[in-house]
Amino acid sequence: MTDMARTNTAARTAQSVSARLGRRYAAERTFRLLGLGALLISLGFLVILLSSIFAKGWTGFIQTQVALEITFDTQVIDPEGSRDPAALDTADYAALVRSALSLRLAPEADRGARRELTALISTGAANQLRHMLAAEPDLMGTTHTVWLTASDKLDMVIKGQVPRQVGAEGNTLSDRQLGWVSALETGGNIRKAFNTTFFTAGDSREPEQAGIWGAVVGSFFSLAVTLLVSFPLGVATAVYLEEFAPTNRWTNLIEVNINNLAAVPSVVFGLLGLAVFLNLFHMPRSAPLVGGLVLALICLPTIIIAGRAALKAVPPSIRQAAAGLGASRLQVVVHHVLPLSMPGMLTGTILGMARALGETAPLLMIGMVAFIVDIPKGPLDPAAVLPVQVYLWAGSSERAFVEKTSAAIIVLLLFLVAMNMVAIMLRKKFERRW
Amino acid sequence: MQTLILAGALLLMMSFAYRFGRNRVLAQVDGRPDALHSLPGYYGWWVALWCGLPAFGLLTLWLMAEPSLIRALVIGSLPSEMQALSDDQIAVLINEVRNAVLGHATANPALAMAAEHYTHLTRVGFAAMAAVALALALGGGLYAYGRLEPQLRARPRVEATVKVFLVASSTAAIFTTIGIVLSLLFEALRFFQMVPITDFLFGLGWSPQMSIRADQTGSSGAFGMVPLFTGTLLVSVVAMVVAAPLGLLAAIYMSEYAQPKVRAMAKPLLEILAGIPTVVFGFFAVITVAPMIRSLGEVFGLTVAAESALAAGLVMGITLIPLISSLSDDVITAVPQSLREGAFGLGATRSETIIQVVLPAALPGIVGGILLAVSRAIGETMIVVMAAGLSAKLTFNPLEAVTTVTVQIVTLLIGDTEFDSPKTLAAFALGLVLFGITLGLNVVALHIVQKYREKYD
Amino acid sequence: MTHFLPEGTVKIAAQNLGVFYGEKQALHAINLDIRAGEVTALIGPSGCGKSTFLRCINRMNDMVDGARVEGSLTLDGNDIYDRGIDVVQLRARVGMVFQKPNPFPKSIYDNVAYGPRIHGMAKDQTELDEIVMNSLEKAGLLGEVEDRLSESGTSLSGGQQQRLCIARAIAVSPEIILMDEPCSALDPIATAKVEELIDELRENFTIVIVTHSMQQAARVSQRTAFFHLGKVVEMGDTEQIFTNPQHTLTQGYITGRFG
Repeated sequence: MTDMARTNTAARTAQSVSARLGRRYAAERTFRLLGLGALLISLGFLVILLSSIFAKGWTGFIQTQVALEITFDTQVIDPEGSRDPAALDTADYAALVRSALSLRLAPEADRGARRELTALISTGAANQLRHMLAAEPDLMGTTHTVWLTASDKLDMVIKGQVPRQVGAEGNTLSDRQLGWVSALETGGNIRKAFNTTFFTAGDSREPEQAGIWGAVVGSFFSLAVTLLVSFPLGVATAVYLEEFAPTNRWTNLIEVNINNLAAVPSVVFGLLGLAVFLNLFHMPRSAPLVGGLVLALICLPTIIIAGRAALKAVPPSIRQAAAGLGASRLQVVVHHVLPLSMPGMLTGTILGMARALGETAPLLMIGMVAFIVDIPKGPLDPAAVLPVQVYLWAGSSERAFVEKTSAAIIVLLLFLVAMNMVAIMLRKKFERRW
Repeated sequence: MQTLILAGALLLMMSFAYRFGRNRVLAQVDGRPDALHSLPGYYGWWVALWCGLPAFGLLTLWLMAEPSLIRALVIGSLPSEMQALSDDQIAVLINEVRNAVLGHATANPALAMAAEHYTHLTRVGFAAMAAVALALALGGGLYAYGRLEPQLRARPRVEATVKVFLVASSTAAIFTTIGIVLSLLFEALRFFQMVPITDFLFGLGWSPQMSIRADQTGSSGAFGMVPLFTGTLLVSVVAMVVAAPLGLLAAIYMSEYAQPKVRAMAKPLLEILAGIPTVVFGFFAVITVAPMIRSLGEVFGLTVAAESALAAGLVMGITLIPLISSLSDDVITAVPQSLREGAFGLGATRSETIIQVVLPAALPGIVGGILLAVSRAIGETMIVVMAAGLSAKLTFNPLEAVTTVTVQIVTLLIGDTEFDSPKTLAAFALGLVLFGITLGLNVVALHIVQKYREKYD
Repeated sequence: MTHFLPEGTVKIAAQNLGVFYGEKQALHAINLDIRAGEVTALIGPSGCGKSTFLRCINRMNDMVDGARVEGSLTLDGNDIYDRGIDVVQLRARVGMVFQKPNPFPKSIYDNVAYGPRIHGMAKDQTELDEIVMNSLEKAGLLGEVEDRLSESGTSLSGGQQQRLCIARAIAVSPEIILMDEPCSALDPIATAKVEELIDELRENFTIVIVTHSMQQAARVSQRTAFFHLGKVVEMGDTEQIFTNPQHTLTQGYITGRFG
């Protein structure tokens, strides 16, 4: 080839390259933007989800209260004057609330007005008074200003979640009721306070009396069972497969099994729990024990897989060193390999537990959707768990349950964040580079 | 509670057994451990195992058998006309008895008696079991204690026991699978005796509610799963249309373009998205996404159902983004750098390199990841239960409400379940189909990913 | 802007070229001329910076995070690191063959056609066919693969794969071909073939080759530069470097006292 010809080829290359360059760089920019856009949209979903939950849920931690001059009228509560605790327990405390209301707002109220009046205060207010009197019997016959829990309808209006307008969507208060509300407000008799009920009560049909404590306790019992079952089983399986098992068909089968179990939909585990634990062994329905067992089976593969990874990360030189000093196989594992891999195993276990805490579907099938007011006292008592509580409240029609649901989700997410933080800290603290 | 106390007592006994065993064998050799076959601790463990294992074995057996046993005894004590009722009615009665035991008084005097009997049986049964367990612990411990001698091969024995425990644990996974397959198959077969399998697989109508009354036979309800299947498919397709491009493009951006700092921020954030329980997404779909889609539809003059496949699929897609992006990220980073350099060396731009060289090379892995995501979408439950609806309509319009296999499984089983009605058993047949499909998808996907990994390792 | 320089004139010139990877300096004040129409060999012990220098010429180092260049490196008198220089254009002019054969997992034909396609160098299919056939022929591979052009490039043997990569590089008609130890993954017979090929390619391309093997440098190159610890110790005609090295370090290296 002559110099001339070479120059020509080179020139042609340069020409055709530069002719297309602008278009190619435009395509490059577009593609890059597409990628960035996809990432931002995905993260945007997270932001929207969290912010919408927080925006809806934070008011659930606040409760509207109404101050009333309550007279612990002996005539009403204890007409016989016996001061018998049993009689006091069954007395009509609602009447106290009713009379205090009409005294304050509408002294000449007829029956209809009285009904509208009582609709402003939670039906739980009677209970509140009962506990007060039980704690301080000296209150009998005296008059005190007491902050009573407002009903959910009033609560929604005060929090501004439904418009203060008769007939407006979501508002169930009448003109008369709204007038009373204004009167109470100008008198400084309405306040918003921290909602302790939400953190101490069990479930309730009345939104203002519903709490998550029952579900938290239920979740605790379930997870305790899950941990007690799945951690020993998971660690033992991981140790066996990684340190002892010969490679043969049987162990291969176990491995394939574990990998597939990890991907089985959780409803199928619910079916298993229903057919085996409830139907075959006749264990009690709705019990955290059964829920915990089902969850244990669900997170077992996760724990095994994490455990094996942690064991694999321990370099063989450590095993050889220990074995070289005459330690038995089991001693090598117990003295050296297990302690070194424990942080990794614990991390995996916590993450598995976090997944179990959020698991809902399989629990629905073993009856953990029942409406349960009492706080469970043990793993055999009927109970709900946090995510199921969320599901139940999400299906309730009362407007006020929306904020309760969101608030319960916030609590659930806080638990998950805490568990993940512990896992991350464990990983950070014990991270070892070989 | 009392079970925990018993377990605690047994553990305490074991720790005593350990100390006594260890001290005794040391005393036998005048405190010179070198005269022993094993380290002194192993003798202690040997005695402790003899003390604890039989007792704990009994305790476990009791915990498994107790409910059935007591139930049978209580049923036996019921008046004969009650015993003559069907199994499901008896189950309802037993439930009432259990509630009565928990303190919710019952109106039926026979049941109140039964409840008392129940409480009595539980108490006596537990006391008897506890006594036997404690005796076993004591006896086992004493037996081993008496057989202690310096030449006893304590370590191999203890280690063999531990190994048996390890092997037994590793079979738990197998038993779980067997349990799943057997329970699904067994109940599904009962279902197919009432409803022909061809009607189930190819029937176009689904209305299990009709057979709710006990005097009706199974055939009066319609159990054709085709509408459920198309509903599942529709929701999954919507989900994948959202998740596959977003997840894949996000993975490409993170692995090929993003600065390490951006990557270090974005990855954990996506993991957070993956860690949020699906019930939360379900609520989000109902309360935020569905109304948004409805009002959007109104703008364009479209009627959107309150519960639409679109809303459910969209939100499900969001939950699948992290899965797809992390799996794709893995396979994209596994493509050898030399291939990228080859393309760059020829003057390819980054996007040309990615689209024409990296992605084709990573394709099997990406396909495997997407199949895993599809399998997850088909098995996903809470989002569709809350957002997709219950109407088994044979439609491919994403604006309408549809129902899915998982939704039906859950709704059929919520509430009181009668184990001889086709309505309940249908859930197991659906579960079997679901299990089969997801298992198949997983096996294929894992196989593809495995093959892909081997290629570049 | 492309003006071909007669054989022997300076094609690439480095002046006080320094390269840093983060804090670490990989090249120190390199001064080096590479002449058109010749094969220049870069030799030296591992980690001496010869590959780094090679990768500067088509700016492959751009992809390494934290890589930084100072001094000047010119191609036909234009600074390669000038802001006005486009990397894509530069790489179309400066092709590269890598240490390990890295054919794309596509057909043999598509491998060779890849460069011409992205750069839009063929007006139609016939022209593309022509370029592919020509390149395969020049790479001495056509006879071996003519009847299986649609098979995957990865199905070839190692030596064939490397010649495929060379064909892929020359299909773009670059002016310069950089070769980064192109034979290190090949057996002796395949190596001989590739070396023969390099010698033929000299007619059309300026070639810079990094090699570990001194025999290879002696066989294929006209000029040789000896790198040591990120510096050019000696540069000259290959014959002179191998028979009469000026520097004791060079002498030590080529006689095998270290390396």
